[in-house]
Amino acid sequence: MSERKDAVIIGGGPAGLAAAVALDNLGIHDIVILERESQLGGILRQCIHDGFGLQRFGESLSGPEYAERFISEVRRRGIEYHTDATVISLTEDRKVEAVTPSGLLGYSAKAVVLAMGCRERSRGSIMIPGERPSGVFTAGSAQAYMNLYNRMPGREAVILGSGDIGLIMARRLTLEGIRVKAVFEIQDHPNGLDRNIVQCLDDYGIPLYLRHTVTDIHGGSRLEGVTVSEVDERCVPIKGTEKLYPCDTLILSVGLRPDNGLLKDAGIAIDPRTDGAIVDEHLMTSIPGVFSSGNVLHVHDLADFVSLESEHLAASVAAYLSGGLGSGMDVSVRCGSGVGHTVPQKVVSDDGFTLSLRVRSVMRDAVISVSQGGRRIVEKKMRKANPAEMIMIDIPGGSVCPDGDLEVVAG
Amino acid sequence: MLHFFDAAVIGGGVVGSAIARELSRYELSIAVLEENPDVVCEASGRNSAVVHGGFAYDRGSLKARFCVEGNRMMDELSTQLGFRFIRCGKVLVGNTDEDLRQLERTMAQGFDNGATGLELIDGKRLHELVPAVNGSFAMLSSSSGIMDPFLFTINLAENAAENGARYFLSHKVISIARKDGRYLIHTAEDDFSVRWLFNAAGKGAKDISDMLGITGYRVIGSKGNYLVLDKRLGPLLPMPVYPVPSNTYMGIHVTPTVDGNVTVGPDAINTDDFGYYGVPADRMEYLRESASTLWPHIDRKDVIRTFSGILAKWVDDKGVIQDFRIEVRDDIAPGAVNLIGIESPGLTAAVPMARYAISLLRDRFDLEERKDFDPVHATAKRFAEMTSEEKAAAIAGDSRYGSLVCSCEEVTEAEVIRAIHNPLGVHTMTGIKYRTRAMMGGCQAGFCQMKIEQLLEKELGIAPEDVRYLRDSSWVLAGKMREG
Repeated sequence: MSERKDAVIIGGGPAGLAAAVALDNLGIHDIVILERESQLGGILRQCIHDGFGLQRFGESLSGPEYAERFISEVRRRGIEYHTDATVISLTEDRKVEAVTPSGLLGYSAKAVVLAMGCRERSRGSIMIPGERPSGVFTAGSAQAYMNLYNRMPGREAVILGSGDIGLIMARRLTLEGIRVKAVFEIQDHPNGLDRNIVQCLDDYGIPLYLRHTVTDIHGGSRLEGVTVSEVDERCVPIKGTEKLYPCDTLILSVGLRPDNGLLKDAGIAIDPRTDGAIVDEHLMTSIPGVFSSGNVLHVHDLADFVSLESEHLAASVAAYLSGGLGSGMDVSVRCGSGVGHTVPQKVVSDDGFTLSLRVRSVMRDAVISVSQGGRRIVEKKMRKANPAEMIMIDIPGGSVCPDGDLEVVAG
Repeated sequence: MLHFFDAAVIGGGVVGSAIARELSRYELSIAVLEENPDVVCEASGRNSAVVHGGFAYDRGSLKARFCVEGNRMMDELSTQLGFRFIRCGKVLVGNTDEDLRQLERTMAQGFDNGATGLELIDGKRLHELVPAVNGSFAMLSSSSGIMDPFLFTINLAENAAENGARYFLSHKVISIARKDGRYLIHTAEDDFSVRWLFNAAGKGAKDISDMLGITGYRVIGSKGNYLVLDKRLGPLLPMPVYPVPSNTYMGIHVTPTVDGNVTVGPDAINTDDFGYYGVPADRMEYLRESASTLWPHIDRKDVIRTFSGILAKWVDDKGVIQDFRIEVRDDIAPGAVNLIGIESPGLTAAVPMARYAISLLRDRFDLEERKDFDPVHATAKRFAEMTSEEKAAAIAGDSRYGSLVCSCEEVTEAEVIRAIHNPLGVHTMTGIKYRTRAMMGGCQAGFCQMKIEQLLEKELGIAPEDVRYLRDSSWVLAGKMREG
């Protein structure tokens, strides 16, 4: 009893919404969005700060406002969507099953769009030593408690990690009267955007300590304090530098990873560097007809770029449905020195595409070059390249040939 | 308030709850006094979750006897109580001649102890059983297995409660007095007057023993740290892999869980602080390195959590670890069954140990068996384990089955709400976790904890600042940000 659809979009956040609207624009109307929360919008719903939409709309919007631009388009066009619908299975032949309060939904899709977003790395995943009291929150969980549920996570906080959500939360906690003692970052550079360092820490006098990390957590019941240590160049804590910070709340902003559980179940090939699917330049995964974009593919810095990538994905899906997707090549994209990861990881046509990448370390006067068999295809010069920012390079159509890997180098 | 009961069980962990359940076969009023707000806060919920074969204990010991009995009983207990138990077997792997000799000694001891399903296997067979394991040969114990230690303990407790035992959670015993042939047990909350009592307080058993006047026991803590690995790894490990053991320490092993995770540990560090469960950084690294010599798939990237447990071991003057001690001292504390040094294999041995403890009372007093004792604890099938047809039917019957609270572990609102209204009256966040597996998945509660917190507030009618995590003082939230 599965319903046939041209495209099933899993996730109703910025990626899924943008893909749905763009598909509709391209004349693909037989589509459905499946969203596990009670409302569309994804994590944008809890991001009540502004700064969204500068790239996409040329104005600064809050997260809910940014989402609403897309949600109203979805509604206006009558695109089918289900909220409270959690996908529990995706198969290789593109059958999708979702759980909803009114029963199971089953689809047999010509194309599937994976747009489930990302999740936060937890305390366990970075192996912070110490006891396990209450009061240790990921930044996104604390943000949800505050902005979606009107709940105060604590009274006196320390923040580990200078990712954007951590910086945003430093300001948010402060505005609600929670004392933020400091933000600690294990790297020698902040992980968030410069503008967030200025607007969320500097403006409120919250100190940021680089090359520091939490090395012990104290409290058998509720958090009582954390020990913080300086670290050396290899990020190893330096003995003798320990300092105790009494606090009842520890906010972790220590990285995001694609929420890839469904990919694993479906047997989709995963890139260990991104933890998202391995895709070609059409954003198609190892399963034909299954596409992926947004933070479940690779973690983005800005929601605007998630939307752009998803609109590109929609064009690929439309071409796929009409049998017009370019193919014929099998070229791997290799991460050379200085490059952490790329999307796509392979190229199957000479259609031209946007290459997204992250550099491994902060670089001044950086040159990022894409070459094939010693032949330079594109070179991008940047005054500063920062791992916190996603770098995008246009690869023109006709520039990739079938022989040899593409090599991406940053230095 | 003063309560009168026939019997009190001090400690509601796996041994206390097994005693309460087995004692509820008799015409008795029973109180279980547990210092924590749940029954799996200490060693019962902090272990390898392995059902042992009974070969690694001294001949003639209670440890060997109850372990072998408990192992045999486990299928029936699993069916009656509805917790998962998989008799997957386990291997103890070796490489040297000395390893081989030790395994042969272990096996001979196992035969004498009555353990079954033991055999020495060569490298080829070993690698058929567990691909990628590092070892030249092994002892296979095919009767060993893995279980859900949380639901084993919880369902024993709930079955006891269904049969009339009353649980008093967050009731820490402060003193015990003997008066007019009864014991007066004083807790911070209530007082209890009982004719008989069982000291099943685990890490607190020495203190209770002292309160009873049975003094002189030396009990040390042996702390074991663990890593928990992502479910990605479960399919790569069909059974627990151990190094060659001694009779007092099993060694760091890798163990699949019934849910498909893998645990790595425990080390064994002596401690006298039974309240400190912190896992130090150097221990994490040590566990990873040590277990990697057995099994090569342990990567930092796959660690989702760490935890520790503390075994309360009874030792002699020289520090040598002793057997379980289960006694009634008629001269000092008549009618009180005292259990000391209950450590590994306490999980496997809990029910036969409980029956033995009760038999000591029956030897001395007439206990009348009930006719209406029901050994079966009814459990609902987990949504995650249902077929599509069963899921559809469950949702049609109760739409809250169609609301997923925890996506990682596929736990529904209906299951969380049932867990909130558990028969023991456990109202902590971790109480929901241990009963449903919500928050145990890869995201480690990142997405679902808010929903669970909200359901606790709503279902119990409590304020946000009154929601607790694991312990009575582990508040989760400071309150509402704004009224309304």
